[in-house]
Amino acid sequence: MGPHHPSTHGVFRMVVTLDGETIVKLKPVFGYLHRNHEKLGENTSYLASMPYTDRLDYLSSMTNNWAYAIAVEKLAGQPVPERAEYVRVILAELTRLLNHTCLAGFLMQDCGCSGTPLMYAFREREYILDLFESLSGSRMMCNYQRFGGCRVDPSADWLAGAKKLTDRYGMFLDEFEALLTGNEIIMARTQGVGRLSPELAINAAVTGPMLRATGVNYDLRKVDGYGVYPRFDFRVPLGDHGDVYDRYMIRVLEMRESIKILQQAFAGLPAGPILDSKSKNRGLRPKAGEAYGRIEGPKGEIGFYLLSDGGANPLRYRVRPPSFINLTILEDMCLGHTVADAVIILGSVDIVLGEVDR
Amino acid sequence: MLGTGLIQGLAVTAKNLVGSFHDPARYTTVEYPEVKQKLPEAYRNFPFLVAENAEDPMGTLRCVACLICEKECPPQCIYIVRERDAKGKVVTRPKVFDIDISVCMSCQICVEVCPFDAIKMDQEFEIATASRFDALLLKKEDLAKPNTYYHQIHPKEAAEVDAILAEQKAKAAATKAEAASKSEAAKATKPASATTPSPAAPRAEAPKPPPAA
Repeated sequence: MGPHHPSTHGVFRMVVTLDGETIVKLKPVFGYLHRNHEKLGENTSYLASMPYTDRLDYLSSMTNNWAYAIAVEKLAGQPVPERAEYVRVILAELTRLLNHTCLAGFLMQDCGCSGTPLMYAFREREYILDLFESLSGSRMMCNYQRFGGCRVDPSADWLAGAKKLTDRYGMFLDEFEALLTGNEIIMARTQGVGRLSPELAINAAVTGPMLRATGVNYDLRKVDGYGVYPRFDFRVPLGDHGDVYDRYMIRVLEMRESIKILQQAFAGLPAGPILDSKSKNRGLRPKAGEAYGRIEGPKGEIGFYLLSDGGANPLRYRVRPPSFINLTILEDMCLGHTVADAVIILGSVDIVLGEVDR
Repeated sequence: MLGTGLIQGLAVTAKNLVGSFHDPARYTTVEYPEVKQKLPEAYRNFPFLVAENAEDPMGTLRCVACLICEKECPPQCIYIVRERDAKGKVVTRPKVFDIDISVCMSCQICVEVCPFDAIKMDQEFEIATASRFDALLLKKEDLAKPNTYYHQIHPKEAAEVDAILAEQKAKAAATKAEAASKSEAAKATKPASATTPSPAAPRAEAPKPPPAA
């Protein structure tokens, strides 16, 4: 299957061996979108890698930026002002809403509900992208975070718009769930399909909603408590069966928790500078050392490992891509299912090939 | 009861279908070439060079060919050659300033690093051409756009930039005037040294390097 197949979420190929219609062997083939991301990072300055991180997981550039900024801030010992931390949380949660909404739409598209859920999902995504555009200048390639804060201070108008969107997002989710969650065809199609055991998920280093759908309580927002997340009151939804339906449900529930976080963040947003006055972006030469910055991205743990020798470029630049690592267990989930199920199992993993191939 | 979920879902689609006829929140598409949405002020796509004077854009470019943007550009799509005068001395003006917009990824880093506010992001997006090469390699002449245009597309930002530049100019003029008055005073106290060049005078005449913002 693939590499140019609408169900493969990009250029991704699966070599499937079948017995009748049952999958007995599945070998993923990727690398069609390889762009040498990590080597580029070693040959450009720290700041110049920031726009490239947008292009990893192009649905959630804000969280990629944040993870990279955290890694460099750790390396350079750069503090971040409180307002910037709040703005980062707001943007990360908006990204989570965007990503999960899109995923639900894509997953339904893979199930065969052509168009309708995806179009509703994209309608809502458009509002979030409009917000990103009016803040950062670009819809998807935001390039917004900087070492020691953010690039632009969101205006009061922008914040009012984002707050309005957050307040009515719950209504959209109610409607979306009325359309999908109780739908008998979707239940029949997704329940019990692509089951993943918690042991295998932990052993394969699966993170994010994929892991939580199996019932393992591991969310970096709680575990690491990076940024200002410990100040917010939210729950981590957990699944029970680890099947495709659970993965869909986890994402819907996470969106509801994101709305709660957003409302608390808007209420607690302090005034102050958005970028640390001593921050250095251009010509940054951190001391020799290493740093690993990670956050809970919408797809799982997105991390950047940087090794510095004191020069203007990192000596080693490595990305921990959640899409790629979550994809390693694809064969285990697909064995014994039909080809049509393999499509929705791949859809439920939530991959972006820009991040898998890098 | 089996099928209630289905019916509920169909009710949602029916609501959206009917709603799209009278509720603007449910009818979100725009008939693009005929109707155009207003772009947000922050929107960016490709860089352009700011020229102070619309009549003579080539002579009044703010760019001083310091090569910072060329060095910092992540995909390295900027190419600059500095102008030299008849003696071969470098002049603060670009001889060649090319941007290959087929390589440019609109990241805005050139704008951020420019200490002279000479390069800014354009908002023009209907730039499709039939040629892959020449039409997508923008020369200095294509890139230069007057400051009034910058005010048109980024009114708030442009006003801030103008204020900063005016302040810098005033400061530079003030320091120059101060230095000049000092040298005058030095001359006045030492009238005998009129034949020998005063050490303060050439320093006052030397052009002040613009402060790195």
